[in-house]
This record gives sequence, structure tokens and C-alpha cells, in this order.
Amino acid sequence: MALATRTAHPSALRTLWGSTIGKKTVMAGTGVIMLLFLIAHMLGNLKIFFGPGDFNSYAAWLRTIGQPVLHHSWYLWLQRTALVACVVLHGVAAYQLSRRDRAARPQRYAHRQPARGSYATRTMRWGGVILGLFIVWHILDLTTGTLNPRGEAGHPYEDIVADFQVWYVDLIYIAAMLALGLHIRHGFWSAAQTLGANSRTRDRALKAAANVLAAVLTAGFVLVPVAVMTGLVN
Amino acid sequence: MNLTLRIWRQRSSEQAGAMTTYEVRDISPDMSFLEMLDVLNEELILRGEDPVAFDHDCREGICGACGMVINGQAHGPERTTTCQLHMRHFQDGDTIDVEPWRAAAFPVVRDLVVDRSAFDRVIGAGGYITAPTGSAPEAHATPVPKEAADTAFEHAECIGCGACVAACPNGSAMLFTSAKVVHLNSLPQGAPERESRVLGMVAAMDEQGFGGCTNTGECATACPKGIPLPSIAAMNREYLRALRKGAPGRV
Ligand code: HEM
Ligand code: FES
Repeated sequence: MALATRTAHPSALRTLWGSTIGKKTVMAGTGVIMLLFLIAHMLGNLKIFFGPGDFNSYAAWLRTIGQPVLHHSWYLWLQRTALVACVVLHGVAAYQLSRRDRAARPQRYAHRQPARGSYATRTMRWGGVILGLFIVWHILDLTTGTLNPRGEAGHPYEDIVADFQVWYVDLIYIAAMLALGLHIRHGFWSAAQTLGANSRTRDRALKAAANVLAAVLTAGFVLVPVAVMTGLVN
Repeated sequence: MNLTLRIWRQRSSEQAGAMTTYEVRDISPDMSFLEMLDVLNEELILRGEDPVAFDHDCREGICGACGMVINGQAHGPERTTTCQLHMRHFQDGDTIDVEPWRAAAFPVVRDLVVDRSAFDRVIGAGGYITAPTGSAPEAHATPVPKEAADTAFEHAECIGCGACVAACPNGSAMLFTSAKVVHLNSLPQGAPERESRVLGMVAAMDEQGFGGCTNTGECATACPKGIPLPSIAAMNREYLRALRKGAPGRV
């Protein structure tokens, strides 16, 4: 007769989602995927400086990626699905961890220290909520065209120009990009720490890389509304 | 020095507490913070009042018992333990706020004393090596690379005082747990239980109700022993490695 010496182990995935480190790992992984997308997105946006022909045909090309293996727009839908999954996982993990964190410190100190963490570190939660709201608005504006003053499919150049001639659209967009810069300033380094890629020798380089990445992404995205506002792109 | 102290007084874990104001006179700048509290307590006893309860043992910065939050900082303004903090770091006439560690996992027992046995349960889940004890083994029986020995020694300095948890806005025990995991996992003696140790200790840490890490770095700033923030990255690395490998020999 065999002795029951083995205990049942939960699957690695279940352990991952069930632990604080694991949930944070999911946040870091999804965050890095979104970050890679944003780099490509920002570079693509800059093609607007080459005129409507160039930009609109680039947008049309995006729909042909993967052809003839994939049908028209299939790749785009795959990517959209993956990105929505990332946003949802990232947001759910952030929400669950934040609730846990608050419960772990039920009573505040009477004498509160001014927080030493950077502004970026302290605004991850609310900054993330702002980004989430921005993502919804951004899709309704430039993907579906619902909220766009023009909103004609296949004409993103004209839609963008119409968009950024409205002052409050510029305001929303630029504010969201500043929030994005802050989120990435802490987020990139934090992801390296979470995924175990940080060490004492790499710490400074990772922080510097996070600052550069945040600045370049913010500047790259903000360039477009500024160009429309100044009439450089029209 | 004459000082005004505002100290958290709470008779038991069931009763509500409050900050209570006391005056102390003629404090020498050479006294430690605990000696200053001793002076206050002598006065309170003479007046027939309850002395302020606080934890302490070695009074030389090695046992980790003496945790309290002074002016919002774990162990006060210097990077040391409260027993090694001297009154010369304060000014005559100062008002000093003294509170217990605040964390759901560290319930207040009385005044400034909290129950830190949640740490013991984290240690109990893997913060040891399973080896026959007895007389000390011959030092060269197991060769340890210099770098591993240095890392282990640096992390073995953790005295389990709980300042990291007290300073963390999330009441997280990640720095404490990482010190123990990195200490043992970097040594050959710790290798047989390398995966089960980190999996077990992290699970216990979560079970005790500590919060998660948001990499704010308050813990490493507060640590009297200088356990560095990248230790948490090292523990994350061990944890994710252990999850990928699964339990050894698992079918
Ligand atoms: C749905 C909107 C979002 C919410 C609610 C959100 C929230 C958060 C929160 C609370 C953290 C943890 C921060 C910490 O304390 O360490 C975080 C981390 C992070 N976020 Fe977001 N975020 C959002 C969108 C994004 C986007 C669009 C990106 C794209 C680049 C991103 C990238 C990251 C990265 C890389 C991290 C680091 C992961 C880590 O801490 O290890 N987030 N986010
Ligand atoms: S009393 Fe032992 S460390 Fe302070």
C-alpha cells in the first residue's frame, strides 16, 4: 500500500494570482506590454508630420498586417483584444492590491511624515485611474469616432486635426500624457523591481532609463496636439 | 533639556487609545531615547500613574525589541534603533510624538507595545535550514564563495524590529521577508530548501495580513540595519524562479 506522502499543490498560475508578489508580477508584465505598444504607437503618430497621404496610408497599412495569412484587420483585432486584456488585468490587480494595502494599515499615524517617495510614486493609483478614463475617451474619440468632431473612418489625419482644434480636447490629451509620463517614470523601474530584474548595480541605470522613457513618450505624444495648435499640421 | 511628549496610551488591545501629553525636565542630551522614557516612567510611578509600556531588551541595537514611531519616523530621526537614538538629536523645548508601530498584522498590546508574532509565523514558514544541530560544524566543511558570504551576512543583519512594516504606507513585510530569504537562499546550506522557503514565507507573509509592495522605498529608508531596497527585487526573482520550477521532484 502506498503512503499518501504527497500534498496537493495549487497550480503555479493560481499561486501567482493569489499572492501579492504574483499580482504585482501580472501588473508589471501587462504594464510592460502596454509600454511596448505605446512606444510603437507614439512613433506611428509622428508620421503625421509627413502629411495626410503618408499618415492615412500608414493607418490603412495597419489593417493589412498579417495578410494573406490573416484576413483584413484580423491582426488589429488580435492586438486590441490583447491590449484590453492587459488593461483589465492591470486594473483589477491594482484595485485588489490597493484594497489589501489599505486594510494592512488601518490606523494612520497621528504625526504624519511628509512622504519621501517621488510625486510619480505617490500618484500611481489615481494617475492610473486617470489613464483608464483617458483610454475609454481616446477609443471613443479616435477609434470609433463617436466623440470626434469629424469622425470619418479611414481619415485619421483629418480627424486628428479636427480634434486638436478644440481647446478642451488639447487640455484633456496633454493632461493625460503628463499623467502617463508620471506613471511610467515610477512604473518602468517598479516593473524591473517586481520582475526581479533590479539589483544594486542596475538601480541607477533603471531609474535613468525610466526617466528617459517617460520624457520621450510624453514629448512624442504631446508633439501632435502642439503641432495642430500651432498650425504646423493642418 | 525640557521636552513635551505626546505619547500613545492604550490600556489594552480591546480599549481605545489616545495621544497623551507629558512634560519631562532636565533630560541629558547623552541619554538614549529609552532612558528618557525611563525618566518619565519613574515620575509617573511616583505620581501613582501607570508607566508607559514599551518593548526593550538589549538596549544595544541588536535584539530589535524597541520599536516605536517617533515624530512619524520608525525609530526616530536617525538611522538606528530607538535604544541607540540619543536625545542630542532633539532640541530643548521640542514636542515629540511617540506612537506604536501601526499595521493590521501588529496589533497593539498596550501603549507602545505591539504583538510582532506575525514575523515569527513568517520565519516558521521557511526562515531556517533543516539540518541536524549540535556542535558547530567545522567552518571549512562547506565552502562558501566570498560574494555569497557577504550577501548572506548583510541580510543576516536584520533584527526583525518591524521598522520596515511600520514605515511602509501599505504595512508590507516585503523587506523583512526578503532579508531572510536572501540570507538563506544565497548560502549552500540554504540550497536544498531554496524553492519551498521562498514560496512558504511569501504565502505566510500574505496570510498574516501584511500589505503588498508598491516600491515606495520607505522600508529601506527606515531600516536601522540598512537592508537595501533591491533585496526585494532579489526575493521577487527567487519567488518567480521557484514558481517556474515548481516543487522539486513534482510529478
Ligand atoms: C487602467 C488604467 C491603469 C491603472 C488603474 C494603473 C494603475 C497602476 C498601479 C496602481 C500600479 C502600481 C504602482 C505601484 O505602486 O508600484 C501600476 C503600475 C504600473 N503601470 Fe499602471 N495603471 C494603468 C494603466 C497603465 C498603462 C496604460 C500603462 C502603460 C504603459 C501602465 C504601466 C504600468 C507599469 C509598467 C507599472 C509597473 C508595475 C509594477 O509596479 O511592478 N499602466 N499601475
Ligand atoms: S532594545 Fe534591543 S534593539 Fe533596541
